[in-house]
Amino acid sequence: MKIRSILLNLAVALIALIVLFPLVWMASVSFMPTGEAATFPPPLVPSRWTLEHYQDLFLNQGMGRYLWNSFALATLATILALSFTVPAGYAFAKLKFTGRERLFQFLVAALVVPAQIGTLPLFLMLKGMGLVNTYAGALVPWLASIFGLFLVRQYALSIPDEMLEAARIDGASEGQIFRRIVLPTLQPIIVTLGLFVFLGSWNDFLWPLIILTDQSNYTLPVALAALSREHVQDIELMMAGAVVTVAPVLILFLALQRYYIRGMLAGSVKG
Amino acid sequence: MTVADPAISAVRGSRGLAARERAAWGFVAPAMIAIGLFFALPVIAALLLSLTDFDIYALANLDNLRFVGLQNYERLMTNPLFWGAMKNTLTFAVLGVPLSIAASLAAAVILNARVVKWRPIWRVMFFAPYVTTLVATAVVWRYLLHTRYGVINWGLESIGLPAVDWLGQPSTSIPAILMFVVWKIFGYNMLIFLAVLQTVPDDLYEAARIDGAGPWKQFRHVTLPAIAPTMLLVSIISVASFFQLFAEPYVMTQGGPAQSTVTVLYFMYEEGFKWWNLGSASAVAFVLFLCILAITLVQLAVAKRVGAYQ
Repeated sequence: MKIRSILLNLAVALIALIVLFPLVWMASVSFMPTGEAATFPPPLVPSRWTLEHYQDLFLNQGMGRYLWNSFALATLATILALSFTVPAGYAFAKLKFTGRERLFQFLVAALVVPAQIGTLPLFLMLKGMGLVNTYAGALVPWLASIFGLFLVRQYALSIPDEMLEAARIDGASEGQIFRRIVLPTLQPIIVTLGLFVFLGSWNDFLWPLIILTDQSNYTLPVALAALSREHVQDIELMMAGAVVTVAPVLILFLALQRYYIRGMLAGSVKG
Repeated sequence: MTVADPAISAVRGSRGLAARERAAWGFVAPAMIAIGLFFALPVIAALLLSLTDFDIYALANLDNLRFVGLQNYERLMTNPLFWGAMKNTLTFAVLGVPLSIAASLAAAVILNARVVKWRPIWRVMFFAPYVTTLVATAVVWRYLLHTRYGVINWGLESIGLPAVDWLGQPSTSIPAILMFVVWKIFGYNMLIFLAVLQTVPDDLYEAARIDGAGPWKQFRHVTLPAIAPTMLLVSIISVASFFQLFAEPYVMTQGGPAQSTVTVLYFMYEEGFKWWNLGSASAVAFVLFLCILAITLVQLAVAKRVGAYQ
């Protein structure tokens, strides 16, 4: 029994080491003087701590601009996605309207279509609308989140009908019911979905790579990918860039991990 | 607020219904319009686009657009680069799915043991790579896998093994990328497995122990049967996600060496946005879609057979 306990705790420690090492190494190398990481054996701790790569990124490589683009786009995507999907998810769960069943079946069927299929025509469409290389173009796919709609609907099903009915008898309009009763009840799933969208937009790569053609509009992942082709040899600079990209989402996730994990399990285990 | 006359109440009720219908459409319409415009329409347009020779000339002037029937598909079927991309994608899936599921399951079983300390902390920590930015961690792993200065080769050499040119030769480029992918995603399925494992009553393990079953037998006869339906479905879902690899090869190898890490989605991206053969790229997108659809149909059939999964 004792041996089993020791072995299991050792195994956990080993997994933790493998999981954490790349992230800790990334942070450590970002503080090393130029060229130090390109030596053998690879040093694990900086011989001299320096912020020069962060300075270089923000002063010469336009990192501040990319950070702002990522932050602004993720925030706007979150607001837009929530304001489109939350009312719709609630209506599909709790309001009867003609065509509901048929629309719902259409959405279920659409769930199996990967969004990448429409990438090329969507690009041409937005090009025709003059939205290539704009924030609006980058935000468009977040408006059409079928997954988000389902997540909200699933949660809204648990709102008791009696509560809505009672408000209606008291003369509340549907808009008032939505604002005063439904939104507060849906608060946990709104946080979860908002977190999903924010992280999803921040981490997204293929669509911003296609639609944001001008360097001044790049998000962090697109900028980092371009930077890594240009500065392959500058390991320390690249690691500083990776830290700037990863740290915000990692901190956000750790702060709100309860909401994230609960929503993730609700979305996948119940299927 | 009391209603005396049934006729009045009926009128009020129907008025209420009409108002509710209008309100419901108000709630649903923005999302449905967005889905129709920015999802359904492009998907249908992709099918039509794949039947044309839309290229850089058509991009400049639509008069150059011609309807070519299934020619794009025929040309794909005889294109060795496309078949190479299909083969690479399949290799990623065939190696990656069992590898990532095994890692997820092992971590879940270990974390499910009561003797392990600080379990909630490990749970969150092991999941954390999943939420990190793919491009950034792929850049980190490119350096960890570096032939001369990489930590992984340093580890190999310090236990007396030869250094490997991980991302520089076709035979190891896919396994190298897979190491990164498994590191990044295993926490996701681990959480799903953990949720299922926590529904297995402790009595079952107790009974097995009394019957003299060791850890391996307990795993085989208690854990595995409990988790088998979930495992099956999770693997099929994973296949679909391995079919959509793109940023990993884009950042780590740019499809190389010798095209060995060009995936179907990477091929589509290059065909469409590097060479501007949008017609042919749409055909690639549709073949990808059919593959994923086939996998999903298998998934639904399996789900029906094993019953509702949790």
